[in-house]
Amino acid sequence: MTGSEFVPLSLVPMLIGICVAVACALPGNFLLLRRQALIGDAISHVVLPGIVVAFLVTGLVASVPMLLGAAGAALVAVAAIEAIRRLGKIEPGAAMGVVFTTMFAGGVLLLEMSDTSSVHLDVEHALYGNLESLIWLDATGWSSLWDPQALAYLPVELPRMVGALVVVALFIAVFWRPLKISTFDEGFARTMGLRTGPLGLALVVVAAVAAVAAFDAVGSIIVIAMFICPPAAARLMTNRLETQIAWSVLFATLAAVIGYVLAGYGPLWLGAQDSVSAAGMIATVSGVLVAGAALVGPARK
Amino acid sequence: MIWDALLLGLGYNATLVTLGAGILGIAGGVGGSFLFLRKRALVSDAVSHATLPGVGLAFVLMVAMGGDGRNLIGLLAGGAVSAAIGLLCVNWLSTRTRLAEDAAIGAVLSVFFGFGIVVLTYIQTMSSGRQAGLESFLLGSTAGMLQSDALVLVLAAALTLALVLILRRPLTLVAFDPDFALATGRNVNRIDLAMMGIVLAVTVVGLKIVGLILIVALLIIPPVTARFWTERVDRVLLGAGIVGGLSGYVGAAISAAVPDVPTGPIIVLVSFALFMISLLCAPGRGVVSSVVQHRQYQRRVHLRQGLLALAQGQPIYERLTQRLMERGGLMRGDGVATDKGRAHAAQALLDEARWQVVRSDQAYAAAALRYDGLTEMSSVLTPDQLRDIDARLPAPQGVTP
Repeated sequence: MTGSEFVPLSLVPMLIGICVAVACALPGNFLLLRRQALIGDAISHVVLPGIVVAFLVTGLVASVPMLLGAAGAALVAVAAIEAIRRLGKIEPGAAMGVVFTTMFAGGVLLLEMSDTSSVHLDVEHALYGNLESLIWLDATGWSSLWDPQALAYLPVELPRMVGALVVVALFIAVFWRPLKISTFDEGFARTMGLRTGPLGLALVVVAAVAAVAAFDAVGSIIVIAMFICPPAAARLMTNRLETQIAWSVLFATLAAVIGYVLAGYGPLWLGAQDSVSAAGMIATVSGVLVAGAALVGPARK
Repeated sequence: MIWDALLLGLGYNATLVTLGAGILGIAGGVGGSFLFLRKRALVSDAVSHATLPGVGLAFVLMVAMGGDGRNLIGLLAGGAVSAAIGLLCVNWLSTRTRLAEDAAIGAVLSVFFGFGIVVLTYIQTMSSGRQAGLESFLLGSTAGMLQSDALVLVLAAALTLALVLILRRPLTLVAFDPDFALATGRNVNRIDLAMMGIVLAVTVVGLKIVGLILIVALLIIPPVTARFWTERVDRVLLGAGIVGGLSGYVGAAISAAVPDVPTGPIIVLVSFALFMISLLCAPGRGVVSSVVQHRQYQRRVHLRQGLLALAQGQPIYERLTQRLMERGGLMRGDGVATDKGRAHAAQALLDEARWQVVRSDQAYAAAALRYDGLTEMSSVLTPDQLRDIDARLPAPQGVTP
């Protein structure tokens, strides 16, 4: 495969895949250690109603209103889960199950009842996106990376995803100490005067930012997989948080690259003609990584 | 139109769907109850997402063997197998590795679902796969449901219900006290697996009607709703069955009567409406009832403190207390106690003095535990004991008006 083929067709989807994977895996580490791993699951379900409502209000399939709608839906979901948990004295898992299924059902209902047939908005797309379609047709080879004219037509998802990754990484770098302390010993963090409540909420919001930015490009299934699988695999490799995060970044990158390559070329090697869903394959590869870590990881017990 | 649908007057197919959804709702509510009581509600999420690759692979297999590929029983059997594998993975990850159950659930659901999507995209490229319609398993589809499909659903739902009724005693025991169950020689793992088997059966049966993403709602929302109304397991089961059945029936009827309304989501929304009603209005655990109880308690505290202040001749500044005292005819607008107020105040002061004696005497330790500043002494001690306490009270003092 030469540069003139690789750069326009595969480079951008692969980079987006890596950014999505890492941006979700970073906050996923903390969510996993805080026993909130399924928050990622809930957020990615409620992104759909958020986007549908944003579309119905503005009538546009534009990025900004949709991102706002999705982020709003994520916040509504987190607030609703907390409210139901406290008001009804229900265990968090069940409260989560009530909220995200209901909001997802509402999203599907709105989508089916309103006239969205003319625009590119459907449930399947929301679930597994279309990573393969994010091609960079203006590129001719590696030299295009330094060509401002070609760069101007880079798919908009790539800079957006890089931005989300930077936001996530900055948040974790800036709040590293408070996050670490409050994750492992919330009581101690509170006696030190850290405000653990707002910090926990901020972590969820950052996770939502990553999920929402990723959602448009790759669909929600890969988002859930990347929130949980790379951190889970990394957790089985080490007992140190720093090392765990490094492993999770490595696993996320591996899953994105191997998954993308297998989805695009795997079927050809097996004699079929068409490629399969890259998002699905990336999730599958991340599962294989978890299985591997669970079988041989040095800190699996 | 809605009434026609609710009374099953919209023709054969709509009737079939409505009844099928109602039965599915009952099975879901009852089957999900123990999952909720065991605090493992979200395991059902992993189970339902894990059906997808099985459904897809079953289709591929059936086509490869020269069949039609759309045989409902075959597809559901495939879904059941992969869901069972997913379930075992969740159990294995959460017991044999350090990962918590929620992480195991998330990992299994995303990976199985992702692999399912891979299989689905592969099927779309098969020559016979373009019309497979397997996407309908994501969100459910009741259009074109056949009588044979409905019969399968009814039989499976009935079997699930029977299984829950047979197993309800061990399931209850494990849900509330797994350690005791283990200590009395029961195989907790096997009972848990039986519970999961029930959940799996409901999930697979529900795939056709509400789809794999929303079937979780039918397993979680009805038990949570029923829990608001009762503290007894058998009534939670009954209530969850009613809520689930009602949601399925009404939801399917609405979807039959109104065009463009998909069945699965509307069933979920109906059950959520029932949940909200219960969250707000249920006696005891509902929000309204909690607020009322809190307000009543607040009033009793204020009234009591007001009476004690009155008895000791201290002025009352607090607004709520003033209002309560005036409304009860205990105090005039200018802060002067009425005769009735003085009588009640003296009573409250006497009660408080008695409590002080009780709390300082070891012999009354059990009674002293019930001291909360509100309880009347006469409702805690017998008249004999009261006489004993009264004999030890300090000499009476005059109350300055």
